Amino acid sequence: MPITTTSAPLLWLVPALPFLGFVVNGLLSLLPAWRGEREPSAPAGRRALVSAVGVGVMLAALVVSIILFTTVSGTDTPLTSSLGQWMGAGTFSVDWALHVDHLSILMMLVITGVGSLIHLYSVGYMADDAGFARYFAYLNLFVGFMLMLVMGANLPVLFIGWEGVGLASYLLIGFWFGDTANAVAGKKAFVVNRIGDFGLLMAMFMLFANLGTLDFATITRDHAALSTPLVNTICLFMFLGCAGKSAQLPLYVWLPDAMAGPTPVSALIHAATMVTAGIYLIVRNAALFAASPSTSLIIVLIGALTALWAATVGLKQWDIKKVLAYSTVSQLGYMFVAVGAGAYTAGIFHLVTHAFFKALLFLGAGAVIHSMHHALHEAHRHDDAQDMRNMGGLMKRMPATGTLMWIATLAIAGIPPLAGFFSKDAILSAVAERALESPLAESSLGPIPGRVILWLAYGLAVLTAFLTAIYMTRLMRYAFHGSFRSGEGVESHLHDAPWLLRGPLVVLGALTVIGGWLQLPAVLPLGPTALLDRWLAPISGTSATLLAGSGHLSHQTEYLLIGIAVAVAAAGMAVAFFRLRTDTLTTKDAAPAETGIGLVLANDYFVDTGIARGITGPIVAASRKVLWRGLDLGIINGVLVQGSAQAIRVASSVASRIQVGFAGSYVWAIALGAVIVIAAFTMQAAR
Amino acid sequence: MIREALFVSAILFSIGVLGVLTRRNALILFMCVELMLNAVNLSFIALSRLHGVSGQVFVLFVMTVAAAEAAVGLAIVISVFRHFRTVDLGRIRLLRG
Repeated sequence: MPITTTSAPLLWLVPALPFLGFVVNGLLSLLPAWRGEREPSAPAGRRALVSAVGVGVMLAALVVSIILFTTVSGTDTPLTSSLGQWMGAGTFSVDWALHVDHLSILMMLVITGVGSLIHLYSVGYMADDAGFARYFAYLNLFVGFMLMLVMGANLPVLFIGWEGVGLASYLLIGFWFGDTANAVAGKKAFVVNRIGDFGLLMAMFMLFANLGTLDFATITRDHAALSTPLVNTICLFMFLGCAGKSAQLPLYVWLPDAMAGPTPVSALIHAATMVTAGIYLIVRNAALFAASPSTSLIIVLIGALTALWAATVGLKQWDIKKVLAYSTVSQLGYMFVAVGAGAYTAGIFHLVTHAFFKALLFLGAGAVIHSMHHALHEAHRHDDAQDMRNMGGLMKRMPATGTLMWIATLAIAGIPPLAGFFSKDAILSAVAERALESPLAESSLGPIPGRVILWLAYGLAVLTAFLTAIYMTRLMRYAFHGSFRSGEGVESHLHDAPWLLRGPLVVLGALTVIGGWLQLPAVLPLGPTALLDRWLAPISGTSATLLAGSGHLSHQTEYLLIGIAVAVAAAGMAVAFFRLRTDTLTTKDAAPAETGIGLVLANDYFVDTGIARGITGPIVAASRKVLWRGLDLGIINGVLVQGSAQAIRVASSVASRIQVGFAGSYVWAIALGAVIVIAAFTMQAAR
Repeated sequence: MIREALFVSAILFSIGVLGVLTRRNALILFMCVELMLNAVNLSFIALSRLHGVSGQVFVLFVMTVAAAEAAVGLAIVISVFRHFRTVDLGRIRLLRG
């Protein structure tokens, strides 16, 4: 079966545009006068140039993506473009090749679309920052690599993007590196991601060794040649990579810390795009994963556990960004449940809607932080601008931001007819459908039947939906309702988001409302149904059928599932409304210490402490005692370096005794030598 | 005749060696070295009876070199004396390791 493609040289333009922005802004930020060491913020003219480049290349990339969208929408044949061979060895060859099919273009539209909005928002958000040019350089760099990730036609090109976004993420988390905590958070993200990258590399090596190719199209076509245990191993390693990048148990620990970066960065990288790379990779290799039901069940299980785990932690966070961070981990868990269960469309659907409403939430939180920070600064206070206990009643001062964030909150909680409702329902009903009747339910993970895991995942996902509604309502109530807790002097300085910030929020709000129409369930008569299903059918349709079978839920069951989802969401919001008191809340500094289960949740089950005690602590101690003190100081420095010098010194001090400095002794030595020589000659002659 | 000459030469050489080994005064040492040279000259002369005139030519060279050596050596002894106010080699031990 030959692979047909259409050549389209235009493709390289899409990642090249942000890279161009990176080069221009990067060079500008290196100019001595632009480095911003002497001035607190960049002059307006300079900012205008940087913004024009930074946002301009994004809009251009968006336009090219839309043009490509119209090209691919009429055909199932992917567009490809190759810049020539990258590496070749015997029959193995990897090209600098990009391809665009229905899946890639969807990701590209999300990346360039949401990315453009966030770039625009950043112009306002970062206006007072001295590192304005550097910020936009990094942000453009990220988008360039992210586009390479989703457009790469083979695993090595994807891997460049994969590592590149990790680099950009590291640079942006530690953007304000003057504060050690930020730099440490960036390092943590980098190191934890490295564990996942090891898995992805292993998967690539094994694919290369056994299939002799790393092209996605060829892998999809030829994967049947692999034995079942081999496919299982490859998929497990690949999932390890996804778990690192997409913050799943147990590699999620870097994401909450990644909130140290500027808030638009959290919105773009750590909510909307980069962290969804794992979902993309699984859907891209749907054929492989569909051939490995046991790995798929593991993915379902890990996803469901992550979703619940992070949602419980989110219940007790006070930092507004931390709540959203754990919420992101939790929603990513949802997506993994979907792709694990073979509901690839539902996973991508939730990815897209989540990009909309989570970006909206993060940008809204950014507007709140921006306003709080400004107000606290005006009042000469040094309280925490991100802590919800220091907020309260913001709705009066920031009605536009509050309203938009409420829309996003309703969406993530799963209230119809917002985007989150449809995507979450798509996942829940897909899992229930597969649990009832599917080849996946018939397969098993070790001794555990697939049906049990799927029902368990469904239960956990419903429970998570309940918790999601609670923690999001909690966030909104504590931040936006009740009365302001940081005092009159601060409150009078609060202001709603200026239009530069509000514009992107409004667009994202609109997308959050209409995003669900991408994939309407058949039972609700709202318009054309299952658009995304049909759109992605050439990519993952057959693979999905392989795991899901061809059975369909009856209408009654679907109504029941929708009813459960909505009821759970409404119940969660109601619980949060009636159980949480805003009037007894005190500011961060006056708050009593957490106790019991609250303390455990507020500290994320003490996972970081556990890692520090159990893993990093012993490694550091062993490095210090064995490698540093023992090997480096002891053997290398003590024995080899100092020891050899000492040996030479002792030997030469012995040898220098021969030089007594008394001429008579030398004469004696000469005479003795002469006697010996003469004696030797004489004895020889006598013989 | 050669026998007696070589005998005297050996005695003179041994006296020179003993002098160099036992005395510490640089000038005496110097004279002993000259004695050794002349002892060798004597054996050259004596052996030229057996081996031809080249031995006598050699003696002329030795005497020339000895004269030059005496000039350099005495100059060194004088500057050593100026520096250390002594020519006792037992007190001059700058090269001790």
